[in-house]
Amino acid sequence: MADEKKIGAYMCKGCGLGERLDFDNMKMIAEREGKANLVKEHDFLCSAEGVKMIQDDIDNEGVTNVAICACSRRAKTEAFNFEGVAITRGNLREGVIWVRPDTDEARETTQEMAEDYVRMACFESKFTQVPKSSEQQGRIDNVLVVGGGVTGMTAAIEIAKAGYKASIVEKSGALGGHLADAWKDIPSRSPYADPVDTGVADMIAAIEADANITVHLNSTLTKTSGAPGRFAADISTESGSTTTENFGAIVQASGYKDYDANQLPELGYGKTPDVVTQAELEKLAVEANGGPIKRPSDGKEVTSVAFVQCAGQRSDKEGHLPYCSGTCCLTSIKQAMYFKDNNSDVDTTVIYTDLRTPGAPGEDFYRSGQQKGVVFTKGEVSEVAAGSDAHSVKFKDLILNEDTEMQADLVVLATGQVPNSGPDLEMQADDKADAEEAGEEYVQEIPVDSILNLDYRQGPDMPQLVHGFTDSHFICFPYETRRTGIYTAGPVRRPMDSLQAKEDGTGAAMKAIHALEDAAQGRAAHPRSGDLSFPSFRQEGCTQCKRCTVECPFGAINEDEEGYPQFNEARCRRCGTCMGACPVRVISFENYSVDTVGQQIKNVEMPDEFDEKPRILVLACENDAYPALDMAARNGNHYSEFSRVIPVRCLGSVNTIWITDALNSGYDGIVLMGCRKDDDYQCHFVRGSRLAGIRMSKIDDTLEQLNLEPDRVATYEIAITDVDRAPALINEMAETVEKVGMNPFKF
Amino acid sequence: MSTNTAMVEKYRNNFLKEVEANVEEGEWVKMCMQCGVCAGSCPLGNAWEHPPQEIFMMIRAGKREDVLTSDSMWMCTSCYNCIVRCPRELPITHIMHGLAHYAKRLGIQPKGNPTQWFSEVFWNNMMKKGRVNELKLGLSMYFKDGFVSGIKESLKNAKLGMNMQKTKRMAPMEFFGGHGVKNPGDLQKIIKKAQELEAARIEEHGK
Ligand code: SF4
Ligand code: SF4
Ligand code: SF4
Ligand code: SF4
Repeated sequence: MADEKKIGAYMCKGCGLGERLDFDNMKMIAEREGKANLVKEHDFLCSAEGVKMIQDDIDNEGVTNVAICACSRRAKTEAFNFEGVAITRGNLREGVIWVRPDTDEARETTQEMAEDYVRMACFESKFTQVPKSSEQQGRIDNVLVVGGGVTGMTAAIEIAKAGYKASIVEKSGALGGHLADAWKDIPSRSPYADPVDTGVADMIAAIEADANITVHLNSTLTKTSGAPGRFAADISTESGSTTTENFGAIVQASGYKDYDANQLPELGYGKTPDVVTQAELEKLAVEANGGPIKRPSDGKEVTSVAFVQCAGQRSDKEGHLPYCSGTCCLTSIKQAMYFKDNNSDVDTTVIYTDLRTPGAPGEDFYRSGQQKGVVFTKGEVSEVAAGSDAHSVKFKDLILNEDTEMQADLVVLATGQVPNSGPDLEMQADDKADAEEAGEEYVQEIPVDSILNLDYRQGPDMPQLVHGFTDSHFICFPYETRRTGIYTAGPVRRPMDSLQAKEDGTGAAMKAIHALEDAAQGRAAHPRSGDLSFPSFRQEGCTQCKRCTVECPFGAINEDEEGYPQFNEARCRRCGTCMGACPVRVISFENYSVDTVGQQIKNVEMPDEFDEKPRILVLACENDAYPALDMAARNGNHYSEFSRVIPVRCLGSVNTIWITDALNSGYDGIVLMGCRKDDDYQCHFVRGSRLAGIRMSKIDDTLEQLNLEPDRVATYEIAITDVDRAPALINEMAETVEKVGMNPFKF
Repeated sequence: MSTNTAMVEKYRNNFLKEVEANVEEGEWVKMCMQCGVCAGSCPLGNAWEHPPQEIFMMIRAGKREDVLTSDSMWMCTSCYNCIVRCPRELPITHIMHGLAHYAKRLGIQPKGNPTQWFSEVFWNNMMKKGRVNELKLGLSMYFKDGFVSGIKESLKNAKLGMNMQKTKRMAPMEFFGGHGVKNPGDLQKIIKKAQELEAARIEEHGK
């Protein structure tokens, strides 16, 4: 790009802006204060003609930085999409005229708001470089799929179908996972009436026939290093031989293990072979091969069977799973049908507290079970006592409210799924810290084998959310993990059945392809998909404090031999958390830096203390809070004329220097708007808002030093739906300022 | 019923099977999902010992005696609230009557239950002429507990009786004969045939 920076400021008079604002003044400000080399206005800037005007200046006048003063940066992105230049936006529409009334009294302050946004756009532009990707990227069309169960097989098949290559690494000696051991599966198509073939054999055949899929059986990963677009994995076989292969992306489908039913002696497990888990019943069904199922103790044909739901699940008891595995109700219905379909005279009773049948087959399959005569009893099983012939299941009937019991030849325990996720160092460290704080002794969890053996500073496996399930946002971005280019799918992410696992495998496959393509072009993955910028740091200033390395939610930063941060660009999601963390402020992006925001803050015109015109700085997360404010504007929600809103990539990117500077230069109030943090987080960068929360808790010291009221800085969690609340909070700050008075540090 | 207690314990489903075979719409009992909507919808629910939801659970739990000797299903007034609301579309009202009928057939219905007594009077009254004789039906109701209380009951309801007469819902002359269908003999034949068919069905199920 041209070394010479040339700023073009373009102002739009469309959408009612022309009638509400004095453009001559704004143009003058852009020229004199904003130092724009070229200032133009247009009646309808996003029209083909307006866009052409800008493009012509880029082509003929050498404009390198385009400052568009029109609508929100979230609007008209297709129109204002110019290649090879840096673009900034001044939000005059959603940020000014739509949030202020069109009255004579409001005219002056509305104009002041608009002028400030022009200044901000110009100064942001001045400090923005055209992003260009680094030289780190590579392209490898091969996706590593860890785990050869339904999820992994589906992922591999889908990847191959899309024209890429897949390599499955499977620990056991065969593909198919748990489903391969099942007699039948829950139906996935209407009429959802009968158990169906598992389809595992067909999938294996498809994989074997596909030249683009390689399978490594009896193999594990002994080391995984690199980044999206250039992962290197050591695949080691049981016999000890190791090969190293390169991959563009990784799908982790390591699945689940069955809960250890030996922890349920009260339910008779281990006391008689006639108490089995669902997995064991599948084996009995396979042995029966469609004939009558025989019980293990004496080989007698089963005439009555009881299914005990939620065995060791949904319970707070020590050693039990606190969650619902979400699959075992449907599985019990399916297994009861094994008996009923063979002989409708067999008594099959499902004892449940809540019957949960999620997914498309759910309700219909349940009805079909009832139709076939499976009896459903709402009750809580307390004990299974082994008898010499029949075994007695003692339970409390929750409808008839009585303690009762029934006899059964065979008892099936609906035990749950335990994720196969490897150790989580970060969580262990947190737990240890918590324990120390509480003055308790920290007991290290039972060590588990690593799955990926990542050569990352942050630990060998995926960070987890709860109960050992890998961290992903179930609803908003399900397959994303905190290691870019590595996607988890299937029961390692949350408990699920084969139908959902197939969906998951497909979803993760698509994400993996997306990731390797992004990496090949040096672009960011979700949520700043397509962003070419990446963080760089000035080594001279770095004190090697390691804040950035520790705080990066995605493990993107390693340390080099000298102890300096080493950015793995392709692992980076461009959240800016490292930038916000750096105490000496040496980390920056070409299009987002301490300066691009800091200069906007500094160049807002600061009225005199006695003008009665306070200034409120709003730093709003671009993922939720900023869109919420945009929508509020669209709905005609007004908010304080004294506010100046600046979008940030994540609250985690907010460097405390911005706050200190703002307070020092006279802002009367500061509102920080981020996403929800902690366990049910909504933060697109997972830990950004949490880290911001920790950092901002220290702001009180700054306020104290400056002798300012702590109420002047407020941090809120804003959801994208907070269309009324977000403006209300800004107004609340305006009231607070009115109460506590103006900041005396104005100049 | 104690003879099959052991059986009931081991094969909880026996009674369900019995109900399916012998009770009108009994094959629906297994489809109940125990949501409790019927129990909550029944205007008389408070008066029942076991609301429909519970009756269905008891059947599935093999509580034969408790169900059949219960007066619960005799409380149903056929308001159809439950049928309209049941998410599983069980014909609950019909099952209630079916159960009551089955209990009576077995002769184990609760003795002295007024609904049951009334049903019988109603039936006999109607069977005579093919139409209900309101006057006689009313009178037999009032005199059910003897002459003295009958006179008292009739006096209490004198106003209702007068109103019914005014609106031509009841005529005093009904006491002597009363109205009926054209050919009551044919009706009786039809009913007799139906009873034969039912008896045959019961015979077939061996209960
Ligand atoms: S799916 Fe059913 S059996 Fe399994 S834990 Fe959930 S409620 Fe319990
Ligand atoms: S903190 Fe965010 S911006 Fe910084 S390296 Fe990590 S992912 Fe990239
Ligand atoms: S409403 Fe229907 S499904 Fe619900 S408890 Fe009553 S009968 Fe059962
Ligand atoms: S029809 Fe009978 S059981 Fe149903 S709500 Fe009415 S009275 Fe209750």
